[in-house]
Amino acid sequence: MIDLETKATIDYTYNVPAKRRWKKAKIKGAVPLYFILMVYFIVVAYPLFWMIMNSFKTTDEIFSNSWAMPEKWLFSNYSHAWETGISGYFVNSLVVTVSTCLGTVFISALGAYGLTRFSFKGKNALLILCMGGMMLSPQVSLVPLYKLIQALGIHDTYLAMILPYVAYRIPITILLIRAAFLEVPKEIEESAVLDGCSSWAVFTKIFLPLNYPILLTGVILTAYFTWNEFMFALIFVDSESLKTIPAGLMQFRDALQTNWGVLLAGLMISAAPVILLFLFMQKYFIRGLAAGSVKG
Amino acid sequence: MPIRKLVPYLYLAPCIVMMGLFVYYPIVENFRFSFYDFSAFSPDKAFVGFTNFSNLFQDPVFYTALKNNVWYAVISIVCQVFGGLILAAILEDPITRFISSFFRTVFFLPVVISVTVIALLFTFVYEPNMGILNSFLHGLGLDSWTREWLGDSETAIFAVIAVSQWQSIGYIMMLFIVAIQAIPKEIYEAAEMDGAGKIRRFLSVTVPQVKEMFFVASLITLTGAFTVFNEPYILTGGGPGNASEVLGTLLYNSAFAKDQMGYASAIATVILVLTLLVSLVQMKLFRTGKDD
Repeated sequence: MIDLETKATIDYTYNVPAKRRWKKAKIKGAVPLYFILMVYFIVVAYPLFWMIMNSFKTTDEIFSNSWAMPEKWLFSNYSHAWETGISGYFVNSLVVTVSTCLGTVFISALGAYGLTRFSFKGKNALLILCMGGMMLSPQVSLVPLYKLIQALGIHDTYLAMILPYVAYRIPITILLIRAAFLEVPKEIEESAVLDGCSSWAVFTKIFLPLNYPILLTGVILTAYFTWNEFMFALIFVDSESLKTIPAGLMQFRDALQTNWGVLLAGLMISAAPVILLFLFMQKYFIRGLAAGSVKG
Repeated sequence: MPIRKLVPYLYLAPCIVMMGLFVYYPIVENFRFSFYDFSAFSPDKAFVGFTNFSNLFQDPVFYTALKNNVWYAVISIVCQVFGGLILAAILEDPITRFISSFFRTVFFLPVVISVTVIALLFTFVYEPNMGILNSFLHGLGLDSWTREWLGDSETAIFAVIAVSQWQSIGYIMMLFIVAIQAIPKEIYEAAEMDGAGKIRRFLSVTVPQVKEMFFVASLITLTGAFTVFNEPYILTGGGPGNASEVLGTLLYNSAFAKDQMGYASAIATVILVLTLLVSLVQMKLFRTGKDD
């Protein structure tokens, strides 16, 4: 696995004398690189900065002076947004995200354990089924899933989101955890079995605690997916009171057509949790994305 | 003992049930559904053979949507895969090491923000009167360039595509950063000793070394381009008229606005075939590249 932070510090110590020799040429060569970085930085950061600034303004001020800092910082926009519906969506998102994360990682860990510690008929077929599952886009299954959710009687409940989310996150999570489980030395397991441990005890007492970093990576990636998922949340749930943030924001926008400051404050509240999760857990995040991208 | 033989299947049962029920069964059902005519809330289905497909292939909106998906694919490959690779190479160049982790984090931020938040933010960017884009053009004295980006049928789809690029370049960039960090440093040293400049080192060392990630990245972007739904749905809803319709929004509108579930399933089948074709072509190209 690649740890970006530590690697970045090691990478560049290799050719100190050569560097001195080329110093002048290098500074010259750096100008266009820094120029590209700065331009793209402005493109990415400015709209985000604009959102933060204007989330503290009145609608009139956004209209008359959207480029300036707020004249008066209206923190009340945030409480207004929270009370206008964001709080409900927030709680729904929290419930759905936590359940999806626990379900996905637990079921995937069970499956990864089955795939790595036993030999049985159909093992390779199952592995291929997992990899194939990663390639299938949920869009393609929209109509049958809608029918299925009706048939199961879970339309317009939390489960209508949680169950499909878990199912679609299992393939990638199982492959992630399987890779870590394969690294666990056979000796540890063998001595535990000699001591009389059942396979279930080996799983809960050895495999899960030993691999908690990869389980955490699985939780973070699932949380990121679930918190931001839009299409299922839009279609499988009708009740306003059950909507998660991405789907709820559509309603929120319609309710606040004229009150832009509050709308922007609502957007800020919705984006904050995942941004914070990313900033504090960058290492796990990137490790997972990198591992997950290597399909097949 | 038979019980012992059952144990691995017990561990795997929850995964198999979940994936079978919610991932694989719907794919098969969707294929079957595309030969029927039915509505969301009625149990009756009428078998219509290939009617859904022949209707679809005679629908001009289908071709508009397909054209927009192809634009999506082309622009995404250029911006995300090539742009992402260039940004990654710059951030991994020793000369930017002082601040590369800062830029890396900022460039990745749009990836973690919900697409709904980003799409709603960009309705402000594109807002015709006080939006960021028109104000910026006005500030540069380019008033003739200002327009109603999302309301103009010529620019709507490109305005939507731009949002997707803005959000996703950081993701592909991060994949390339991980790939570049895995390249042995000796290769760069050797190239530098031979007097290869920055651009030469990028073309002769970085590009060939990240070929595998190049394949993965283009697969991700192309599949994404043909299944896209969120950005067009939130920003324009496919409008004005059908100008910014993509296959994803066409599917959604057919199923949930017009209640033509069979027709929607036929669209889904076309999307599935397209994404599979893209994957196959990619794999073939990648294999042949490997033999060289």
